[in-house]
Amino acid sequence: MILTILDVVIAGLLLGGIYALIAVGLSLQYGVARVLNISHGEFIMIGAFGTWMLYKMVGINPLITLAMCGPVIFLIGFFLHRTLFRSLLNSSASWDIFEGRSLLASFGLLFIIQNIAILTWGADIKAYSYLSYGVNLAGAVFPANRLVTLLFAVIISVAFYLFLACTRLGKAIRAAAQDPRTAGLMGVNINKVLALCFGFGALMAGFAGGLLSMCYPITATMGMEYTIIAIIVVVLGGLGSIVGSFIGGFLLGIIGSIVTYIEPGLALVAYYVIFTVLLLARPTGILGK
Amino acid sequence: MDITTLTSKRSLVWWSIVLIIFMLLAFVPLYAPGYPVVLLSSILMYVIMTVSWVMFSGPTGYMSLAPAAFFGVGIYTSAIIGKTLPFPIVVGIGGLASFCLALLVGALTLRLRGIYFAIFTFGLVMLIAHFLLFWELHVTGTRGRFVMVMGYNTIYFYMLGVFLLLLITAYLIRHSKYGLALLSIGQEEDAAAHTGVNVTMVKVITFAISAFFMGAAGSVMATKWTYIDPFIAFNINFSFMPVLMAIFGGMGQLYGPVIGATIFTYLEEFLITRFAELYMLIFGTILVVAILYLPDGLVGLIQRLWKRISERKHVDT
Amino acid sequence: MSILEGKGVTKYFGGLAAVSNVDFNVEQGEAFGLIGPNGAGKTTLFNLISAALAPRSGTIRFKGRYITGLSPYRICRMGVARTFQIVKVFADMPVLNNVVLGAYFGMSPGMSSKDAVREATELLEFVGLSEVKEIPAKDLTLANQKRLEVARALATNPELLLLDEMMAGLNPTELAQAMELVARIRDKGITIIMIEHVMKAIMNVCERIMVLHHGAKIAEGTPQEIATSETVIKVYLGEKAHAGS
Repeated sequence: MILTILDVVIAGLLLGGIYALIAVGLSLQYGVARVLNISHGEFIMIGAFGTWMLYKMVGINPLITLAMCGPVIFLIGFFLHRTLFRSLLNSSASWDIFEGRSLLASFGLLFIIQNIAILTWGADIKAYSYLSYGVNLAGAVFPANRLVTLLFAVIISVAFYLFLACTRLGKAIRAAAQDPRTAGLMGVNINKVLALCFGFGALMAGFAGGLLSMCYPITATMGMEYTIIAIIVVVLGGLGSIVGSFIGGFLLGIIGSIVTYIEPGLALVAYYVIFTVLLLARPTGILGK
Repeated sequence: MDITTLTSKRSLVWWSIVLIIFMLLAFVPLYAPGYPVVLLSSILMYVIMTVSWVMFSGPTGYMSLAPAAFFGVGIYTSAIIGKTLPFPIVVGIGGLASFCLALLVGALTLRLRGIYFAIFTFGLVMLIAHFLLFWELHVTGTRGRFVMVMGYNTIYFYMLGVFLLLLITAYLIRHSKYGLALLSIGQEEDAAAHTGVNVTMVKVITFAISAFFMGAAGSVMATKWTYIDPFIAFNINFSFMPVLMAIFGGMGQLYGPVIGATIFTYLEEFLITRFAELYMLIFGTILVVAILYLPDGLVGLIQRLWKRISERKHVDT
Repeated sequence: MSILEGKGVTKYFGGLAAVSNVDFNVEQGEAFGLIGPNGAGKTTLFNLISAALAPRSGTIRFKGRYITGLSPYRICRMGVARTFQIVKVFADMPVLNNVVLGAYFGMSPGMSSKDAVREATELLEFVGLSEVKEIPAKDLTLANQKRLEVARALATNPELLLLDEMMAGLNPTELAQAMELVARIRDKGITIIMIEHVMKAIMNVCERIMVLHHGAKIAEGTPQEIATSETVIKVYLGEKAHAGS
């Protein structure tokens, strides 16, 4: 009995690691740049396919190809913000209007990116095998790749948190998240910071996708489900709170694992039930502002 | 309701034009049978979706990404009860089911900021698809359903009927005090509430009414697909297209969405045959460009050009 | 007779008390002033009365009925109307329609369309905006937008009108016109509570004044009493007295 609970919890943590990573990414994009990027999942997908493609082409460790994809995806996100979203920002009369327009623009991006992916890699399912041998943990067997995924998800998240807390750029980002105008007045290059945050958010998504590709099969349409999960975690953890998104990710992962253990196939439905309850009771989330 | 507005000269002219167009459309199966009827049905489907979407999201600024959910509910209603009940009732129930779903979603999310509404409606499509999949696998033991077949002329006439009903409803709302209330909510929601408008009720009911027509359209069009499953019926594309058509066409007037829907249905038919792998890319790009450079849509652009031309004329004389 | 009564009204934002245990009592027909330095909690108090915000604790009664916990639209229909510190007119709507909305929805039951338009036209004349009734509200001057807000509020047939810094940003001519408008509103029998920084207006118009500071009530009385109260002078009027009023 205890063993089963432990299995479920560990499986939940493994799932949660990915959720935390993608939620932190989205939280950066929405919390700071105020873009609710519903094409977030597509960046996950690109990270997954990029890692897969390089692994197939070059044959080296996917963790390395993941690191190779990262900067590319970061740059894509960075430039998307510099061009598209900055343009929207400059032509919007208020933050609310900007949020609405950028939401719709990211809706368009969703289809653009997905279509490009299908053109490049085709619409069928791809998979590869990496570290798929089992590891014995607390009496149950877990694939090594998923443990590595969890490890890296945590490392990346913690590294980023330290970056935010300790470096000058990190502090600038936090200032911009609190109050963009004042931060701008105090000498922070707001435009650069917002674009950087958007890029970092895309980077997180890309990393998550790469990690996912090591464990699961991937398709060009895999993104949307993760976008929805990321959104739910961000609301759960509090819109705008990065730490909240991190914790929320693991929380939701554990819940998902429990639900899957009881009744597989209902995980997304369960997430939505939680989402609904949150909206009813406390829309500002656990750590929301 | 304002009797004077309804019978004013301008609206009489407007309604006469609409009546003439409907008469022409009603006789299409006679003088252009076959493909034109099928194409017009598709155009009508998107017109209904887009006009319904604009009816709520236009004045209030609350971006709903749920049209696909309501359309899908209509499709599934048709599939489930289509063989046992007369068609008009099926369409009505399809609309009603969507209406009820929208009431639920609206009551839940329209009390909160617009962003929660947008993201809840975005995920709704996938949620329902997943739930139905689970239901079909575990409860009913089927995967997908077969829909009864209807002649394409029948489909066409039902779509015309739904569209006429929609136009009348949209017009009446727009020119009533509720149209004014919707606009005020979109511009200054707090002030509207303090001026006595029950903002939540107005939003939820209008949202539900718009969903009714999307559901009805789904119920009628369902008979085009002979076989459906949760992912065919609940496809995010059906949320994307109305948004694209509305933004491109223009959300201020009722004819903006009609123009946008007509253009893009043609475009979609054309692109699917020639560039099937590219058309979502093209449409996505058009949406982004329209958001950036066509804030009032095509109609707004034409209106601005017209104004500039007539101002130029005044200066010259 | 008391038209508005508040007991122990408190509101916290995070750890900060924006309004702290405030009691107040406004008599029907009077002009009641609400003053205090910036951030004293005046607009927050208005928001608590009109139900834009819910209080942490305390009760508010309008004509003897508890209104804490009701929605803004209900309180409006009961007879409480307000204007806003930062003007919130419906920018893209014609001036007339701004007021018509109030006539349509501000009372229960609301008016018919013909009556609403007639009522709105009369009110626009009352506030002096008849000339501009067709143009979009965003094209009005600030002073006119403030008058539009007043007309819109009056369209809901209020017994109590909350005016939030109606005089701010007005030049001397506009100021005189605004004060004269307030007098005419009072002649209609409407009770007024006004938040103001323009001392001349408050002192000349109001019968009683309440002073807030850091969310708490520090003084209450006639203009004479307030002007000579040491507590108030120290906290607030001191700076103003030097600046000249």
